[in-house]
Amino acid sequence: MASFSTTLYNTVFKRNSVYVSTIFAGAFAFNMAFDVGIERFWSHWNQGKLWKDIRHKYVEAEDAE
Amino acid sequence: MLSRLPKAALSIHHVAAGASRQAVRSGSVRFVSTGAPTSNAFQRALNSRAALGSAVLMTVGSVAWYTHLYGSLPFIGEVHASSPAEEGLHPPAYPWSSSGWLDSFDHSSIRRGYQVYREVCAACHSLDRIAWRNLVGVSHTVDETRTMAEEVEYTDGPDDQGEMFQRPGKLSDYMPAPYPNEEAARASNAGALPPDLSLIVKARHGGADYIFALLTGYVDPPAGVEIREGMNYNPYFPGGAISMPRVIFDGLVEYDDGTPATTSQMAKDVATFLHWAAEPEHDERKKNGIKAIILFSALTAISLYVKRFKWASLKARKIIYNPPTGKNMH
Ligand code: HEC
Repeated sequence: MASFSTTLYNTVFKRNSVYVSTIFAGAFAFNMAFDVGIERFWSHWNQGKLWKDIRHKYVEAEDAE
Repeated sequence: MLSRLPKAALSIHHVAAGASRQAVRSGSVRFVSTGAPTSNAFQRALNSRAALGSAVLMTVGSVAWYTHLYGSLPFIGEVHASSPAEEGLHPPAYPWSSSGWLDSFDHSSIRRGYQVYREVCAACHSLDRIAWRNLVGVSHTVDETRTMAEEVEYTDGPDDQGEMFQRPGKLSDYMPAPYPNEEAARASNAGALPPDLSLIVKARHGGADYIFALLTGYVDPPAGVEIREGMNYNPYFPGGAISMPRVIFDGLVEYDDGTPATTSQMAKDVATFLHWAAEPEHDERKKNGIKAIILFSALTAISLYVKRFKWASLKARKIIYNPPTGKNMH
């Protein structure tokens, strides 16, 4: 455990430049993952009701003409 | 306790008649005529006139406050100058597929509802705040929408010569109105103005429930109700007499997705469409709501933890003061 916190300290907290960059990168990654997760839940919960679920019916009809 | 007080207050006379010495001795009225030992301070306070008075004050105050806030008391009949019929029947709460906190609109229904609006309602009602582009990615593809827009002629200009000219519609154009102005609309509808439907769901109590109930609610007027020539009876419309006739009948439109076009189906679809028109941000709003609730709950939990963490050392410490003794203190 101690080794883990030591590693954490040495890799992230020791230098301010690394620390700040980690926060920015972390925020970016979290935001992406969070949005993707919510979007996945939303499409699953509302399956069949959303535009993207019915879009193919009308786009293909256009192409066929 | 309230129900006890008046009774207790009434029994004063019996006790007084019983000439209890203790009533005099306790300095206030005693309500129990047995020879029980002197009641304690709490009971005396409970039975005092001050308690009675303050309970009465509390009651009167609460009632006054309640009526000030809500206008009238519950469970008590009221007399109105207008009857419930004049305010219109309240619509039932229908099980919309978008009712739940996490539920999106049913976009197939929006698409069908647009068709009903276009083929039925658009003959009388405008939809000023919806542009063709708003349908794109909601109920129609870009190509479909562009084709529909191009079928409508718009007046544009002026051109180099200062002339207005006609051109086919573009995605950025707003839905065409059936009448050039309000006067023309009234003239064609026996003096009644068909309201713009863009925000109608937000503009009426009951929202989409009301629209559905109104469209499907036309019945013969009950005995004794006179409806003027050119008016129609609808119990959901305040006053009961509406200028709009029943406009939706079974099989009026033909849906391209094969859904049977019953009266209630069309009413549901057009109500869903109008709900979307009034609240186009609905789906995005609910999705953001989920995110906000998750994030803010997490942040709340974190701040509570940090507060406890920071305070732990302060709360757990013990400060001991040893008063100075000894002679070498100054
Ligand atoms: C024949 C013309 C006509 C058609 C078609 C028509 N309406 Fe109306 N509508 C009216 C008129 C006129 C009024 C005003 C009624 C009044 O104030 O008495 C009205 C009023 C309304 C109202 C407002 C009621 C209120 O509470 O004030 C709604 C909602 C409405 N119409 C929805 C629709 C819908 C949805 C459709 C299509 C299914 C439709 N109308 C089709 C003429 C029409």
